[in-house]
Amino acid sequence: MSEFEPRIIAFCCHYCALAAADVAGKMGFQIPTNVRIIRVICTGKVEVLHLLKALEAGADGVVVISCKFGECYFKEGNFRAKKRVERAQSLIQEAGLEPERLMFDFVPGPGAKKFVDILNGITKKVRSLGPNPSVHQVMTIE
Amino acid sequence: MIVGERKPFSEIMSMVEGFSKILIVGCGSCVTICMAGGEEEVKILGSQLRLAFQKNKKDIEVEEAMALRQCDDEYMNDPVLIDKVEKADIVISMACGVGVQYSTAFFNRIITKKPIKVVPGLNTTFMGANLDVGIWEERCVGCGDCVLEKTGGICPITRCAKSLLNGPCGGSSNGKCEISKDTDCAWHLIIERLEALGELDRIKPVEMYKDWRPSHSGGPRKIIREDMRI
Amino acid sequence: MKSGSNLERLLEKGEFVVTGELGPPKGTDVGVVREKASMLKDNVDAVNITDNQTAIVRMSSIAAARILIDEGLEPNMQMVARDRNRIAMMSDLFGANALGIRNMLCLSGDHQSFGNHPEAKNVFDIDSIQMIYMVKTMRDEHKVICGDEIEGDFKMFIGAACNPFADPFRYRVHRLAKKVEAGVDFIQTQCIYDMKRFKEFMKQVVDMGLHERCKILAGVTPLKSVGMARYMAANVSGIIIPEEMIERLKGAGKGNVASEGMKIVSEQIQELSEIEGIAGVHLMAIEWEHRVHEIVEMAGLLPRPKAE
Repeated sequence: MSEFEPRIIAFCCHYCALAAADVAGKMGFQIPTNVRIIRVICTGKVEVLHLLKALEAGADGVVVISCKFGECYFKEGNFRAKKRVERAQSLIQEAGLEPERLMFDFVPGPGAKKFVDILNGITKKVRSLGPNPSVHQVMTIE
Repeated sequence: MIVGERKPFSEIMSMVEGFSKILIVGCGSCVTICMAGGEEEVKILGSQLRLAFQKNKKDIEVEEAMALRQCDDEYMNDPVLIDKVEKADIVISMACGVGVQYSTAFFNRIITKKPIKVVPGLNTTFMGANLDVGIWEERCVGCGDCVLEKTGGICPITRCAKSLLNGPCGGSSNGKCEISKDTDCAWHLIIERLEALGELDRIKPVEMYKDWRPSHSGGPRKIIREDMRI
Repeated sequence: MKSGSNLERLLEKGEFVVTGELGPPKGTDVGVVREKASMLKDNVDAVNITDNQTAIVRMSSIAAARILIDEGLEPNMQMVARDRNRIAMMSDLFGANALGIRNMLCLSGDHQSFGNHPEAKNVFDIDSIQMIYMVKTMRDEHKVICGDEIEGDFKMFIGAACNPFADPFRYRVHRLAKKVEAGVDFIQTQCIYDMKRFKEFMKQVVDMGLHERCKILAGVTPLKSVGMARYMAANVSGIIIPEEMIERLKGAGKGNVASEGMKIVSEQIQELSEIEGIAGVHLMAIEWEHRVHEIVEMAGLLPRPKAE
């Protein structure tokens, strides 16, 4: 049996995480293929419901990657994002899922390596947790 | 505004145990504004329930709907909503206690095919104000006989833990109530406000016994406005 | 005479009175009441019987007060507004009167969140000041609140509490004035440690002439240990213990703290007796009833006078 390959959704801030992804690409870092990147103008736009819906839709793990605190283009978007991830963690825990399936992290502007490390980190973490137990059948992320 | 708070998930799960078609109905009024039972919260609960049921491999349908105001016929009489209620085995109302009771009565009046079971998704906590983003505080207990004119616009019935009419008691310390350092002493606030207004003398005479009949102590209350009736 | 109680008669005679305090047991153990009563007997003029103090369930103050009468002491029955509405209060007051209780203390009561049943629903139908007025109406007009006549006699010497150390300080004397206005006969204050603030308060009382309209008993509680002093200063709202007093206790050294506490309290009683407007002391020796005799003796207040 082949190793379980988790499906990860990464909500990425346009100003930092996405920039880091670009740099990573240019520098030849391998961005894990199991990660689907969703660009957001600010992680402060990511609502609790987006995180829950991602799991409902079949993701095994979700990560929100914002700017460092104090460097948010919209001042406090990343603080909001962190609190929402925490809230969503407690909500999924109540529903019987591991809170570690949701993660919050940040990268400095050109932090290509850290960006890739975060994605590899959550992939590894979720791989150890196993597939999302709330998924009916395997869906493919296009 | 009526302020509510969502019930713990485990309590909601035990209420819907054994039902296979669940409908969550939010309310677009007070509880939307206090972020406890509006559209967003309906969707979050729906998502949470589906995640929980799917994890337990239970084939349970969770539907979502909204009513603009669950305490008024005018806003409940929506064919789409009624159709969804008819198809459900149980309805979780995300309205305040008023909405839960009103929607129970309304759905059972409109739908005659089968009795409709409505359960509360929220705890209705108080009538209060939104002090800041994410902070609500009680301001009125609806005693039915407002004294705010005498007390500088600060309600001793609601905001004094002992509802004293001749406060403050001996537990007032540094402007805080004896029950908690996070609770302001209402009487301290009243005295400061009346001093600022130059009206401190108004609370110097003994305030006599309160007539609690207009409050809930007099039984469930009702208002009939004859001028509005036909 | 308003009630003819020993306490009232002594105060009328101008004697410097001493009242004590007794907390009923958390159950039915009458022996506890009798034992504490025997320690207080002949050392104090009347004994406050607390009413579920700090909202912890105890034997009712009415029953314990009656037991005290049987033991030959005079009770001062406390009644809190937390647990009874006006109907229950008046009914209990009839009962208390019928059982021979002639002094009472009208209190709001500690909030139930402090007690052993924080889930309880409180009452607070009327507050302590309205309670004073209610009892005065019953006694002087011989009527219950609604105006109905009382069958039989009703006599009561009406007391209330006063905390000069609660906030806002500038309003405290006005609240006392409201109690006087409502008809209080005597006042027992919260425990006094901060003598400076208390004297300041008493000056306001005297300036307003309140001491001529009610008898004021200064509250004192001996400090048994440095820990107790620190705990009270930090956790009991409305209690201010000056740092010098705590230092003095500490300075007494091991084994001597308790006797130093007793010395301090007897000195306090002396000092309080010299303040204009003070008619006596209320000695709250919580779980230290066996030391009351010694303290009162040290303060030079024995033997207690007879009201004849």
